[in-house]
Amino acid sequence: MLRTETRFDPKRKRVDYKKTQFANASYKDQDYPYRLSFYDVPPTQEISLEEFETWAIDRLRILAEIESCSFRNKSPQETAAHLEPLLKKYLPLSSNSSAAGGVVDDRLRKERRKDHYSHFILRLAFSGTEDLRRRFARVETMLFKLRFQADDSRERRAFVESLNLNWELVQDEEKRELGEQLLAATPGLRRLDEENWFKVDWTRVPELVEHRTVLVRKGRAYVPMREQTSMVLTEFSNRLEKALELTSRALPRLDEDDRLTPILDHLSKNFATPDSGFSESDSSLPGAPINAANIDALSQHFPLCMKHLHTTLRKNNHLKHFGRLQYTLFLKGIGLSLEDCLVFWRQSFKTITDDQFNKEYRYNVRHSYGDVGGDANRRGRGYAPYSCQKILTEHPPGTGEAHGCPYRHFSVDNLTSMLQATGVHDRDVLRGVKEDVEKKRYHIACNRVFEWAHKSEIKRVKDEGIWGPAELETIVHPNTYFKRSYLLKNLGNLPKQDVRMEE
Amino acid sequence: MADSSSPREHSPTQDDDVSLPDAPAPANNDDAPAPENTNGAAANQPGVALEDLFDDDDEALANELEASSAANIPSSPPQTAPSSSAPEIASSAQQQESYSDPNLMRQFYSRLFPFRSLFQWLNHSPKPGPDFSNREFALTLPNDAYLRYQSYPTADMLRKDILRHNPSRFEIGPVYTTNPRDRKTLRKSSMFRPLSKEIVFDIDLTDYDDIRTCCEKANICNKCWAFATMAIKVVDVALRDDFGFEHIIWIYSGRRGVHAWISDKDARELDDDKRKAITGYFEVLKGGVQGGKRVNLRRPLHPHIVRSLEILKPYFAQVLVDQEPFLSKTGQDRLLQLLPDKSLTEALAKKWASSPERPSHKKWADIDSMAETGVSKTLDRKALLQAKQDIVLEYTYPRLDVEVGKKRIHLLKSPFVVHPGTGRVCVPITAGGDMKRADSFDPLSVPKVNELLREVDQFGAGAGDGDEPSNGFVEDGVTMRKLNDWEKTSLKPYVELFDGFVKTLLKSEMVRVKRERDEDGATGTDGMEF
Repeated sequence: MLRTETRFDPKRKRVDYKKTQFANASYKDQDYPYRLSFYDVPPTQEISLEEFETWAIDRLRILAEIESCSFRNKSPQETAAHLEPLLKKYLPLSSNSSAAGGVVDDRLRKERRKDHYSHFILRLAFSGTEDLRRRFARVETMLFKLRFQADDSRERRAFVESLNLNWELVQDEEKRELGEQLLAATPGLRRLDEENWFKVDWTRVPELVEHRTVLVRKGRAYVPMREQTSMVLTEFSNRLEKALELTSRALPRLDEDDRLTPILDHLSKNFATPDSGFSESDSSLPGAPINAANIDALSQHFPLCMKHLHTTLRKNNHLKHFGRLQYTLFLKGIGLSLEDCLVFWRQSFKTITDDQFNKEYRYNVRHSYGDVGGDANRRGRGYAPYSCQKILTEHPPGTGEAHGCPYRHFSVDNLTSMLQATGVHDRDVLRGVKEDVEKKRYHIACNRVFEWAHKSEIKRVKDEGIWGPAELETIVHPNTYFKRSYLLKNLGNLPKQDVRMEE
Repeated sequence: MADSSSPREHSPTQDDDVSLPDAPAPANNDDAPAPENTNGAAANQPGVALEDLFDDDDEALANELEASSAANIPSSPPQTAPSSSAPEIASSAQQQESYSDPNLMRQFYSRLFPFRSLFQWLNHSPKPGPDFSNREFALTLPNDAYLRYQSYPTADMLRKDILRHNPSRFEIGPVYTTNPRDRKTLRKSSMFRPLSKEIVFDIDLTDYDDIRTCCEKANICNKCWAFATMAIKVVDVALRDDFGFEHIIWIYSGRRGVHAWISDKDARELDDDKRKAITGYFEVLKGGVQGGKRVNLRRPLHPHIVRSLEILKPYFAQVLVDQEPFLSKTGQDRLLQLLPDKSLTEALAKKWASSPERPSHKKWADIDSMAETGVSKTLDRKALLQAKQDIVLEYTYPRLDVEVGKKRIHLLKSPFVVHPGTGRVCVPITAGGDMKRADSFDPLSVPKVNELLREVDQFGAGAGDGDEPSNGFVEDGVTMRKLNDWEKTSLKPYVELFDGFVKTLLKSEMVRVKRERDEDGATGTDGMEF
């Protein structure tokens, strides 16, 4: 299958082209023999405009929910549990065995048709930009994974076989020869005859290679049968990404009256970016003295990640690249002007010369503010300050780096001692943090510390009814942390204004 | 000195591109005493200025002008001449030059830099093709401006442009879908994207600073270079045996680092996800110094780790002696922190408290002997063994700068450029999996640019007057050929190593092209059905 794609034979192509030019398109009704689908064949039957819209919206609802689960760092089990009722309601997809006699009946066909059509409608809606394509492919793959894992094992096997993926089974002789190594490379396996392996090019299982959970020899990965899932998923997302690109190229030529385009536009807009947890209003703190000289004083309101960056900066008089980036964007977010920010960094890097600063650092700070760089960067006034989501999932810190989230990237001991150093001595809080971190609920841990540090103020605003529950939602952005902390600690001092925090 | 080489240079460029080599200098020795010759050095100046004026002109013409102006008006350039000629004199006589001295660099590029080898390496074929012409080069100019998206159709054009800009160093980026210079003329900017690039790895000894006690920051010595050698060994064998790559060359970065370039076709075409997978495969140490235990491996150990441990064990013993990682209080605490059993670590801490000078290898041995005495009733021998394995890895396993390897668009310094800080040439360390070579590599003996230029000048002069052939000619099978300037210097073995690497690469590339053509031919006839 791959071979025919890579090779381009002009002669043969032309013949085909002539043949098909006047031929009638032969549409075939799909009979959906399997529950799952790689969505290789687009739908061709007619559906009503209303179906077009409602099916798409139903699917979109599911996808948005999946994405928000991933942004909240939910574990696969939690995600599955959360989505189960929703899937049942909006996008049911039953297995063959649920029908009488295991035969695909009308109900199953209808479910599968809806799944099939809604997928392709959303493809149209989300192929427009690179960003949408990437997100769509990501959540679709997650949805597929969810269903694939929940599938009946026999049906799953039948489905995988129907995919015709090019897998070479490792023969007994080779298996014995490599016995030791196969066992060592396959986690959780004790005996050789419990498992079978197949050989594929390692590039088809990059994830397994990355985590060293397969044996790799001479460019071939020895994948245990049970890792099928990972391979099927890779295949799924690869094909989908390719198809989305093709769709986007075809989109301008969509031969369409003005019925579908508005719906599609509307759909793609509703797939809002949850990462935009930061808005301009988060930074507006009128009357607050935010300037380069004040950062030390303000740092008492910083969340732990930024405090860590700040103390590291003060200690080493330097921060590495990602640390500078994360911190600069945060400072931008709290309302520090570009000029002040440059002053701040210049003064903080005590050991370097002006010349070196101008050459090596100045540009990056300006770039973060959108003062230089490409058109898009300037128009967007640089990058948005990083959300917890981004800090938690991207670029884990390496040697000598101070960025990231202490709750996630520190060992428990180091985290505890750092919390104590910042004045958190309450044993209940520390124990709670430890439990949160063990359950990988890093933002909960951070919020716990916040609530402890501001407990009297929070009580006051609650009692006096100054702040509603919306203003005290879980914090998922370092800049929200700062703003809320600052407002709470300065309750009486700030000029009277509408102390609302739009989310 | 520059004036002696450049005028003659135009003859080969006019001849043919075959004799691309770096400026031959048949009668070089009579210019050797140039340092004393103030005129010669000063006369060099107008040439430089003129060449800048004639930027885009034919080089031969520029050279002619340069030659004539050098002859006629020895000290015409007004203000600059005295100031800039003075350091040059001092430089050739003494050791105090700045390594990014523009004159030094220009001579280095024009006489010693192996452009042809570089071209063949990147082009994968003797005939200029898109692999070379769509390749991005990025130049760091003497004024520290950074010039990205440069590209060149041929090796000659590259050489010409490098001589014109005289960069303090230049970097190599990916091959793009189109010529990088045309990127702005494309209708859609998304059409301009990287297609292929060698997989690269970067190992930097500063990443070892928490376990390196002999030097820190930019400094290195032979002791800590051992970290680089073990890294090369571990990574090289895995790339070959596990991933099946063959064309791997290791380049010294000129100061404290090592770059690996993997030129296999399959490697060049990997997308970023796959690159990330490879770097992940090699990553064993996780987290920063704050992260507590940095090695947390699943048991049983993956075959790659088992093999790496076997390679690293002898080095660990060496590290204990050379670096004394557990001698200091912090080092000792770190060691105890990494060991599992509490009563064991307490006993050890007590024992060592009485002899603060106890060397690291003895402390390491103490762990086992203390465990033998049965100081701890609950000791889990397996856990102890595993902890010890983890410690060995933490103190020896390669620390790759992962970001460099993850993305195609990353630029990496070209082989054979000069490190501006040290003046050392970025020479290949080893290729073809020859680990003996990696063992014997000594970064402190890597030639410096000024030494090399002196070697060229001294060549022949020292060999005696009667010995004609040594004076720039060599028997080349049938005929005599001019000796390349680099062949007269200690750069020779390095260029030859590189050329050998490129040759095997080209050969395998040729075989591949031929095979693909044959296969295509076969399918072509299949398609002719009547």
